[in-house]
Amino acid sequence: MSKNNENLLNIENLSIHFFIEEGTVAAVNDLNFSLKPGETIGLVGETGAGKTTTALGIMSLIQSPPGLVVDGSIIYDGRNLLELSEAEMRAVRGSQISMIFQDPMTSLNPVFPIRDQIAEVVMLHEKVTAAQAIQRAEEMLDKVGIRKERAKDFPHQFSGGMRQRVGIAIALACNPKLLIADEPTTALDVTIQAQVLELMKGLKEENNTSMIMITHDLGIVAEICDKVAIMYAGSVVETADKKELFNNPKHPYTIGLFNSIPDIEKDEEKLKPIKGLMPDPMNLPSGCSFHPRCDHAKPECSQKVPKHTQVNDGHYVRCLLFEEGGE
Amino acid sequence: MHKYILRRLLMMIPVLIGVMFIIFVLDYIRPGCPSRVILGEAASPEAIARVREELRLDDPFLIRFGSFVGNALTLDFGRSWQTNRPVFQEIFARFPNTMQLAGMSVIFALLMGVPLGILSATKQYSIFDIIANFTGLLAAAIPNFWLGMMMVILFGVNLRIFPTSGWGTPMHWVMPVVAIGASSAAIIMRMTRSSMLECIRSDYIRTARAKGQKESVVIFKHALRNALIPVTTVAGLTFGALLGGAVLTETIFAIPGLGRFMVEAISQMDQPLVQGGVLLIAISFSLVNLLVDILYAFIDPRIRSQYR
Amino acid sequence: MENQKPKKKRSQFLEVWRRFKRNPIALVGMGIIILQILLAVFADVIAPGDGWSPGFNMQDWGNSRQFPSAENWFGTDHLGRDVFNRIVHGSRISLQVGAVVVSISMIIGVTLGAVAGFFGGVADNIIMRIIDIILAVPNILLAIAISAALGPSLVNVMIAVGVGAIPAYARQVRAQVVSLREQEFVEAARSIGASNFRLIRRHIMPNAMSPIIIEATMGFATAIAVAAALSFIGLGLEPPTPEWGAMLSDGRRYMLAGYWHMTLFPGLAIAFVIFGINMMGDGLRDALDPKLRSGGMSKGRFEKLRRAQIALTNKGADTNVKK
Repeated sequence: MSKNNENLLNIENLSIHFFIEEGTVAAVNDLNFSLKPGETIGLVGETGAGKTTTALGIMSLIQSPPGLVVDGSIIYDGRNLLELSEAEMRAVRGSQISMIFQDPMTSLNPVFPIRDQIAEVVMLHEKVTAAQAIQRAEEMLDKVGIRKERAKDFPHQFSGGMRQRVGIAIALACNPKLLIADEPTTALDVTIQAQVLELMKGLKEENNTSMIMITHDLGIVAEICDKVAIMYAGSVVETADKKELFNNPKHPYTIGLFNSIPDIEKDEEKLKPIKGLMPDPMNLPSGCSFHPRCDHAKPECSQKVPKHTQVNDGHYVRCLLFEEGGE
Repeated sequence: MHKYILRRLLMMIPVLIGVMFIIFVLDYIRPGCPSRVILGEAASPEAIARVREELRLDDPFLIRFGSFVGNALTLDFGRSWQTNRPVFQEIFARFPNTMQLAGMSVIFALLMGVPLGILSATKQYSIFDIIANFTGLLAAAIPNFWLGMMMVILFGVNLRIFPTSGWGTPMHWVMPVVAIGASSAAIIMRMTRSSMLECIRSDYIRTARAKGQKESVVIFKHALRNALIPVTTVAGLTFGALLGGAVLTETIFAIPGLGRFMVEAISQMDQPLVQGGVLLIAISFSLVNLLVDILYAFIDPRIRSQYR
Repeated sequence: MENQKPKKKRSQFLEVWRRFKRNPIALVGMGIIILQILLAVFADVIAPGDGWSPGFNMQDWGNSRQFPSAENWFGTDHLGRDVFNRIVHGSRISLQVGAVVVSISMIIGVTLGAVAGFFGGVADNIIMRIIDIILAVPNILLAIAISAALGPSLVNVMIAVGVGAIPAYARQVRAQVVSLREQEFVEAARSIGASNFRLIRRHIMPNAMSPIIIEATMGFATAIAVAAALSFIGLGLEPPTPEWGAMLSDGRRYMLAGYWHMTLFPGLAIAFVIFGINMMGDGLRDALDPKLRSGGMSKGRFEKLRRAQIALTNKGADTNVKK
């Protein structure tokens, strides 16, 4: 992949494993992707593809034991986050990189008013008085569309959509350069989903924040992302600009993903779902981990791990079908 | 909030009438005639008839129960069959000692249990955690009256550090409080630990860490406040066990409290005293549970908004 | 479906057992219980009588209040009876009390809880208010009040201890039933016309089983402790029954005179059994509800696992571990 110094984030060969009594869970395997300032990348994959683990890995929030980053580097703004001390990492979390979590119902502390939960992150990273932090918190609430009068209310007094707005306010309170959104709308109603996405998009553009949008919904990707990285069994199998990927998908898995979504314009009778199931991360197939489900699998697919191959400008695929042609 | 407290106090009334019913029925089915207890076995038939008349023992069940409840409402539990003094006076002379003992034991149990539980949870699977857990299981298994006796033998009789009986000075308090409080401390420790472990794994703790918050603040501010919610309940329930434990422990340490007094009353079949004592303990236990529920509201805003 | 059920049940049981036996503390606890049961069953072999009196009541006045020796391992009491013999025989009583109290209070409590939870309304209100009344009196005090009224006997002790044990089951089961009642599989069974009784027995109870089993284990321990406390203040069983609490009551009279063995050993016996039950109960809880245990291990165990597993995948040599 290109070594680009303009990148805000550059993840190379990242592997995160969980060592449990039953064996090793290879959640993330040799994962690569990069992100420029202001850019939004969609991290797309099925449940269990390692998306959330990747996000927590960037934040250094992998629970250890049993989890451990066993290989790779996460270069953020010129520094390898994996080499930072816990204290240095704390200064990064919440101020440089922040995260919005999947389930707004459980992600806020039930015993503190929402205002204080936003002010907390401001107090941590900026030299402000408590009163100033609270004022900032109220400004943030205003930005995400929550009335000032409700600032002292507790999380249980809000709906899921409103709570996720609070989550967004916490994440953006210190103007981070990178925002990781872990399926921020999955737990919400469809109409609320659109509102929350719109809100995130607006705030992110306002501050030129880069974003990693974790999702399994290609519709969200189409709406909000600049780039896409398709994840399968813990690694990125294909990455490209959104347009390029949507118009010209190469990897059999990506094509399968697109085929399993109904297309209203094409008059097809049946969807073509990908056969089989996501492999057990404790026992990944040899070679290309997708080969047991792949229609184009060749004998060597079970032997050789495919490398990233450039098929077009900025369009990389990890598949042996393209490896000979690309090299 | 005031409304809630009032409602809870009103809800206590049927429960307490139920308790009175139970103790009344237990007295009713008890073999033997109270007049013999009062007058002794050699009493003349006339004297017995007079006492039966006085105590209205021949009235129908419901009328007797009704007047029992009515009297109890005016804090009149009758007179002790042994001393012939009003039960109310006898009980309240001793009750403060029992409350003091139980109260100090709760504080002891909380002071031991909560910090050790937190430590154990934050160092899960460490040697400390294993030892604390094991000791907790052991302490929870030891009957409090036996622990009291063993402490008397060791620290009172052999080492002569603490007085073996009596009440009044802090030196008197140590052994009874530890004896009653030890198993509760163990229970509270284990509860704090498991509750804390659950909180540490929750999503909002991850959010707090993602803010860049220090681990110590994450534990003591974010997790502890939530973890204490179930611990409060257990502490309240433990208070009941401690009041019960006081009955035995007061006997061992010869503490002039309600518990020891009731054990004596039982062996002398002094029923009014037993009834008054059980009722008083039930009332204080109910009040403590109410207090715990109010405390709850202060810790947990979700419950606070239900109370409005 | 009918055919598959036993098989599924069996594998579920095996799964619980598999998790249970991996837990050393639980196994030690179970060992203690088995030991106690053996002592109770073979009490007459281990501590036989002499033809005149049973093994727990062989008085020897010339040999009273002896400290532990090779002859009398735990010493003798004020009547010259061997304390060890009495403790062995006492395990019969304690296990009996525990078993009967748990079974009866469990049956009553579970029935009340299931009825209250399933039918709700008036039945629920009445049952739960009765439960509230029982709970308003501290457990031990309730037992004291009941046994003071009923008089001393084994059956009365069981009743006195058992009443206080009912609420725990009733509340537990009611809570389970209320939450399960609304769940889809119960709705589904109802929609195909299953009767209420069948719904409770076949669909709700199996799901409410784990907390009941845990409650029963802990209840066994509580029953033994409360029964001992009753005997201790003279409301339990009458002499010469070798009840452990009654032995402690004897011990108390000689406690200040320095005869520590009369207090130490019976109390140890009580603590030992309860400790065993609690350890087993803990293991059972973890085995029945693996959620509570998941996701962790000691740093040392983790290192060992990591090394072993990395070595297994043959990547150990060159893997650069970063934290």
